[in-house]
Amino acid sequence: MKNEQKKTARLCGARGGKPPYSREHCLFLKKRRRESVLVQALRFGLLLVILGVWELVAQLRIVDPFIISSPSRICATIADLAANGTLFYHIGTTLWETLAGFAIAVVLGTLIALLLWWSERARRVLEPYIVVLNSLPKIALGPVIIVWFGTGSTAILFMTVLVGIIVAIMNMLGGFAATDPGKILLLRSMGASKFQILTKLVLPSSIPAFIGMLKICVGMAWIGSIMGEYISSNAGLGYLIVYGGQVFRLDLVMAATVILCVLAAGMYALVALAEKLLVKK
Amino acid sequence: MENDRKHMLEFRDVRLTYHTKAGETLAAEHMSFYVDEGEFIAVIGPSGCGKTTVLSLAAGLIRPSAGEVLVRGGAAQTGNIGYMLQKDELFPWRTVEQNIVLPLEIRKKNTPEHRRRALALAEKYGLGGFLKHYPAQLSGGMRQRAALIRTLASDPGILLLDEPFSALDYQTRLNVCEDVCRVIRGEKKTALLVTHDISEAISIADRVLVLSARPARVVASHKMDFTEVSPLKRRESPQFSGWFERLWKELNL
Repeated sequence: MKNEQKKTARLCGARGGKPPYSREHCLFLKKRRRESVLVQALRFGLLLVILGVWELVAQLRIVDPFIISSPSRICATIADLAANGTLFYHIGTTLWETLAGFAIAVVLGTLIALLLWWSERARRVLEPYIVVLNSLPKIALGPVIIVWFGTGSTAILFMTVLVGIIVAIMNMLGGFAATDPGKILLLRSMGASKFQILTKLVLPSSIPAFIGMLKICVGMAWIGSIMGEYISSNAGLGYLIVYGGQVFRLDLVMAATVILCVLAAGMYALVALAEKLLVKK
Repeated sequence: MENDRKHMLEFRDVRLTYHTKAGETLAAEHMSFYVDEGEFIAVIGPSGCGKTTVLSLAAGLIRPSAGEVLVRGGAAQTGNIGYMLQKDELFPWRTVEQNIVLPLEIRKKNTPEHRRRALALAEKYGLGGFLKHYPAQLSGGMRQRAALIRTLASDPGILLLDEPFSALDYQTRLNVCEDVCRVIRGEKKTALLVTHDISEAISIADRVLVLSARPARVVASHKMDFTEVSPLKRRESPQFSGWFERLWKELNL
């Protein structure tokens, strides 16, 4: 009997003493733990397989590595860039454009959405403009942006903001508009002013919409900054990709793309962290 | 002299027209009634007759197209009534305590003294142990009780109850009805309840007003002649079924 109890305790990860749950529940927990470890292992395994096959195909010259590059060549290229000091210059340039564009799009977009929530008339007047701007492929404005803002980072920043801000406005406006009408009625019956309804109800209840908007805007900001660099630039990861393509250095193209993947994932992880901190319930 | 006495709430020949794109709707006409201080009034009427409109008018959320809606002799306005809705409408990101003091924050009366009064009410009616909980951690009945304490927190002159039990299951509804009735009578509050449930109206009110179909007006006012005040006891009393039949017939005229 005692032995049985110890076994169950071990199953639950408790050292000695009474097990915290029944044997059945412990088995259930163990199964779940095992499943999540398995998923993690498979994820990592899949990456290794892809990289391995890629490397093998390149090494055995089944396909010319000049065309498809290879993991080892990508690593070498990144190391090269780091050694001659240009790696962090390019990363810094793109990162700055993306983060600044993201911040401006989010702040400005939220403010405009607030304005549109506040004034029903303004919303109705501006709605068709927003809809058209949203469906317009922003890259079509490329030449205009170059003429207006030159070929420097201002143009790229403008492109980044442009891509993000419409999505930010539409998402936040949707969030504000989804405020529970019953709760608005309740506050109005208490004699609340419009400003009080905004601060006590609309803003706090829109936090999930805000987080959702941040997640979308992270992706939009990267699209904007890389697109901007494609149009005109002399630095940044987008520039490396375009330049690498033009001079047929696929190693460089792939290296910049890999760095981009890592940065985008990192930024998304930051937003996910913000979500954990902001949304308690 | 009797005519000079100011009623807690009075509707004087009220007419209300709703305007929508599709046209205009006459929701109420020649509607007159009064509620005296400390009275518990229930309003029943055929569905779609505009019962909620009565509350919106009393709350000062909408103005009558003609006639007057008076609270203590002055025009009804938002802020000095307590409105309780079908759903509890507790804010999920606020604790029960923060929810209860919400009306104080809105009316800029969030002083230690007012807070103490509100929290004492919560304590008195069994919410003391739940003040730091979030609404999601409470049962449906407890949430509705918290909503009632929130309504009472700013010490409103009159409580307006818009079918506050209809979102609850039958068992809970009877209990919460008992609960709400006990609190409101305990605090000697004036209350106006609208409901589609005849037996609820009979079991809780001092007086039941019957509304006609649209355009709504008050067609009858019945004083409930029960010796008990507890809704559950009233349901068992011999007069109950008599009142039910009478009101049922009046509604279906």
